[in-house]
Amino acid sequence: MDRRTFLKTAAGTGALAAAGGLSMPALSQGASAKTLRFVPQANLANFDPIWGTQYVVRNAALLVWDTLYGIDSNFEPKRQMVGSEEVSADGLTWTFKLRPGLKFHDGAPVTSKDVVQSLKRWQARDPMGLMIKAIENELVAVDDTTFKWSLKQPYPKMLFALGKNNSPCTFIMPERIAKTDPFQQITEYIGSGPMKFVRNEWVPGAKAVFEKFADYVPRDEPASWLSGGKKMLFDRIEWVIMPDAATAAAALQNGEVDWWETALSDLVPILKKNANISVDIGDPLGNIGAFRMNHLHPPFNNVKVRQAVMTALNQEDYMRSIVGDDDKLWKEMGGFFTPGTPLYTEVGGEMMKAKNLAAAKKLLAESGYKDEPVVCVVAQDMAATKSMGDVTAELLKSIGLKVDFVATDWGTTGARRAQKTPPGQGGWNMFHTWHAGADCVNPASYTAVRANGEKAWFGWPDVPAVETEVTNWFNAKDVAEEKAVMGRLNTAAVANVVYCPTGFYLGYQAWRKNISGVTSGPFPVLWGVSKA
Amino acid sequence: MLAFIVRRIITTIPVMAFVALFVFSLLYIAPGDPAAVIAGDQASPADVEKIRASLGLDRPYLVRFAEWAFRVLQGDLGTSIFTSLPVTQLIAQRIEPTLSLMVLTLIFAVTVAVPMGVIAAWKAGTWIDRGAMAFAVFGFSVPVFVVGYLLAYVFALQLDWVPVQGYTPLSQGLWPWFKNLILPAITLGLVYIALIARITRATMLEVLQQDYVRTAQAKGVGQREVLFLHALKNAAVPIVTIIGIGIALLIGGAVVTESVFAIPGLGRLTVDAILRRDYPVIQGVVLMFSLVYVLVNLIIDLTYTIVDPRIRY
Repeated sequence: MDRRTFLKTAAGTGALAAAGGLSMPALSQGASAKTLRFVPQANLANFDPIWGTQYVVRNAALLVWDTLYGIDSNFEPKRQMVGSEEVSADGLTWTFKLRPGLKFHDGAPVTSKDVVQSLKRWQARDPMGLMIKAIENELVAVDDTTFKWSLKQPYPKMLFALGKNNSPCTFIMPERIAKTDPFQQITEYIGSGPMKFVRNEWVPGAKAVFEKFADYVPRDEPASWLSGGKKMLFDRIEWVIMPDAATAAAALQNGEVDWWETALSDLVPILKKNANISVDIGDPLGNIGAFRMNHLHPPFNNVKVRQAVMTALNQEDYMRSIVGDDDKLWKEMGGFFTPGTPLYTEVGGEMMKAKNLAAAKKLLAESGYKDEPVVCVVAQDMAATKSMGDVTAELLKSIGLKVDFVATDWGTTGARRAQKTPPGQGGWNMFHTWHAGADCVNPASYTAVRANGEKAWFGWPDVPAVETEVTNWFNAKDVAEEKAVMGRLNTAAVANVVYCPTGFYLGYQAWRKNISGVTSGPFPVLWGVSKA
Repeated sequence: MLAFIVRRIITTIPVMAFVALFVFSLLYIAPGDPAAVIAGDQASPADVEKIRASLGLDRPYLVRFAEWAFRVLQGDLGTSIFTSLPVTQLIAQRIEPTLSLMVLTLIFAVTVAVPMGVIAAWKAGTWIDRGAMAFAVFGFSVPVFVVGYLLAYVFALQLDWVPVQGYTPLSQGLWPWFKNLILPAITLGLVYIALIARITRATMLEVLQQDYVRTAQAKGVGQREVLFLHALKNAAVPIVTIIGIGIALLIGGAVVTESVFAIPGLGRLTVDAILRRDYPVIQGVVLMFSLVYVLVNLIIDLTYTIVDPRIRY
């Protein structure tokens, strides 16, 4: 019996016992109703959201640092720390005014000098920030509450850049902290957001604690994702790091924790049977499963080989290997972007849904494939990559590709995929990963779909047609134009197989029923949540 | 005796130096890159390179080793790449839970296993002996995580006697500390019960054949006294040795137990550090474990003189 089977059996027996009316454990409330005990998706190993851009760091930072703008659930940027903005008629000068009452956790007021320095640090690490930097004349503080950004050419996506939720966000720090080199970690965590980070209680790998910042003034508007009033109804939020899913499920059932961000789908049926627990989709933007092929070396430097692989793959095989039999948790994709979002398109995406082995073999034969081994690097310590890797190995064999399967861990995969050398000399042909759907709603934050050769993400696709449409999207004046661009972009990305999406999948979150106000979001929305 | 202790402590220096060199070299040649983990999945290769440079990971092996060794000699184990916290602080934060788990596990294992082994030897060949040894084999054979989940399910989820997970420091009270640790200690202890009970039984069987045991019995000394005072004392050296080896094994066993029961100990710190390639933490923890192992061996050697006065250093 393996670990996973055992925990399912044990948890299942528990549910049966509960259903049969056997004695249930007393629901220990533990701390007061003013404390939320939250199990995050991963360990908070560092706490600089510009230096380290992992989602878990971003999620913690959203409590501690506020942003200038925030996107809402309609993907529209709304004012957050900014009170008003003006853009000149030629679109070259943006003037922003901070809203009154903004304070840092040390009591100092938030000034435009702090904002300017924070934006400069952000720019150095963010793709959209770098784009703005490239067309920037100056970014300066006009007075304590006003700052000005003048550009050499218009940048219509400015407010989206300042309010986007993908990492790194425009977190505003005190000027002295924001002066830290963006490639060095900050060591002082003075925030501008609704919660203070309690540094002396931070045990990396075990616990992170946040306390309510009494002087934070939330906006008046209703909260919606990153926008609106971030009203904290808890005095204290404790993040309890639990590496083991069965332990987290048991702690939730026992009332030792209140909310589990990423409930394992295997355990969800058990949690659903517990009368004290609510279960729902966590992040509605989900994830896009992916494997990338190295465009620099044979056989995947040949577009026909890449097309053969995309033509053969069946996304259902991949998705079921990740989420099991729950059909609510996955969708087949005919495009590269996040399904269900305003700009999603399947124009030109027929190949992604082809599932045609015969056509794939024909393409491979036409490609002149010379039986080169495909070095397929698969991280075994992550359930999603391991599952996808197993499916891919069979897929490649089924169309006649020779597979050299390299089972390793994520740390090694992360390092190896950066190698541009040939596969026989430490390089690679394929690796598996996934992308947060929140990053794939449009080209702004979607590094994986870019195809600018040497500057592109791992695999280094070089497809000028894709890059032209990315530029067109940034310059698009309205949604209709953006949609037209997205159709052309998707067509070019599919035809050239920039990479292979393996399907769209969602995950559950679970919380105790005495917690109210829990909503779905691309990150855990902790404001507006309370505990009876 | 004092000369022996000094000599042993001096001999640990080359051992520790070799361990340090070995660990540093191993991590140097191992694949994986902390900069890639830090940079996140969307970072460009150029960003990853800048982070590598800022961490000093792009410098030559010998330079890095020399700097690290120099700092270690001054008692500085370096700074975690990820948390920017001193490795000594990270170890200090984690040492109490692991030490607590090890101590409680040993107490549990020894108090159960030694009498079990003695009684099994005394009742050799009977159903008591067979039952005790079957239990020992069971404890050794069932994976730690299976026992852990089972105990948590019964005693935490169903009976609600103890928490499912977590750790309460001893400073917050003996009972809360004990409640959090009892299930992990039993889970981990089952493995060592098997080990210690089987050695105790085998050694006792040999001792019970000795003339002085027969003499004691002939003189009318009570059975309990014969077993636990006369025989056990003479069987103590191998038992103490296996308990000492058990302490070293506990360090490894604690990793799984700490994960199942979400105990923030050194085991989890080590695994997290390895997965992230947090080199200074890995090096610091391995050095500390090696030192503990060497010291445990020294203490075992010294214990021999107590349990067997014939041994002199």
